Amino acid sequence: MLPTPDLSHLSKEDLMNVYEPAEDTFILLDALENDASSLQDMKPLICLEIGSGSGCVSAFLSSILGPRSALYLCTDINQHAAACTVRTGAQNNVDLSSVVADLGTPFIDRLRSSVDILLFNPPYVPTDMGEAEFAQSSRDIQSSWAGGTDGMSVTNNLLFSVPTLLSKTGRFYLVAVEPNNVQRILHWMLEQYQLVGQVALKRRAGRELLYVLRFERQSL
Amino acid sequence: MVRLITHNLLACHAKGCTTNNFPLVFKDVQLEIRESEMNPEFLRNFYPKLEWDALVKTAEQLGDTSLPKTQPPIESVDEEFLKALHHVLLEIHVEEGAMTCPNCEHRYGIVSGIPNMLLAEHEVA
Repeated sequence: MLPTPDLSHLSKEDLMNVYEPAEDTFILLDALENDASSLQDMKPLICLEIGSGSGCVSAFLSSILGPRSALYLCTDINQHAAACTVRTGAQNNVDLSSVVADLGTPFIDRLRSSVDILLFNPPYVPTDMGEAEFAQSSRDIQSSWAGGTDGMSVTNNLLFSVPTLLSKTGRFYLVAVEPNNVQRILHWMLEQYQLVGQVALKRRAGRELLYVLRFERQSL
Repeated sequence: MVRLITHNLLACHAKGCTTNNFPLVFKDVQLEIRESEMNPEFLRNFYPKLEWDALVKTAEQLGDTSLPKTQPPIESVDEEFLKALHHVLLEIHVEEGAMTCPNCEHRYGIVSGIPNMLLAEHEVA
């Protein structure tokens, strides 16, 4: 079993501004660990995590692939999170290239068909739309969970760029919960973008039924 | 941290700015050089992804003229060349300053090594 990245450098104040890794983070780590050997075989060159928060997931991915074997790009809309991502990288001996950005927008021109591993643990909690929009524009810790009606308002904004970003053999890992309607997401990705998805992992954590979905191009 | 490998992948994405929006131009920068272990296989695999002209031009702006103007074919690349490439791509860190768009002149600030690529609502495409 691979150890969880060292997060001991994060202070109480950091965790007031940045989402602290929790069950939804850990299920993503477990899904990546289950896929470790196939991920290593892919020899990924460019990894991109959207909404990297503390940086825990990208640091973990680098422990699977090797810290100097790939480029780890991370974005977050919250500048405190982007700073924590860099520090978590340093603490775990990997350079995480952290950028304050809305989803993957500044990379889309240059990363067409280039992202080998795309990761997103989105703000998936169903809230009213006003709350989700306010959270995104406030760019603070709320933006890490408030997801609007059915918890999909931010995720939907990313989904349409996934087929543009993914490389030929690329994989996209997405965290979801029951109210997001997992079957609908799988169906939509296949119908709209010819991306084949499956449930990589599913687990109950308290009130939440958590999923990790994994998508690949249909031609594989 | 803004290293040139990341800079080589960032374009201006302001509303209506779709041509001549790359590479962003560094302004008022503070640099830090941090040595790191080289992985030749990674560099060779990344080589075809690079926008070479943008990389060379940007490195020159930052005072590094070690790379040739024309991208040598991958077959001819030796260890010495990879060392220079490694240094330019991964060891030069832009800690403070800004990047501006050559087309619309939008300014993206860099604070503590992190670029802020967010746009105001009216600038979003």
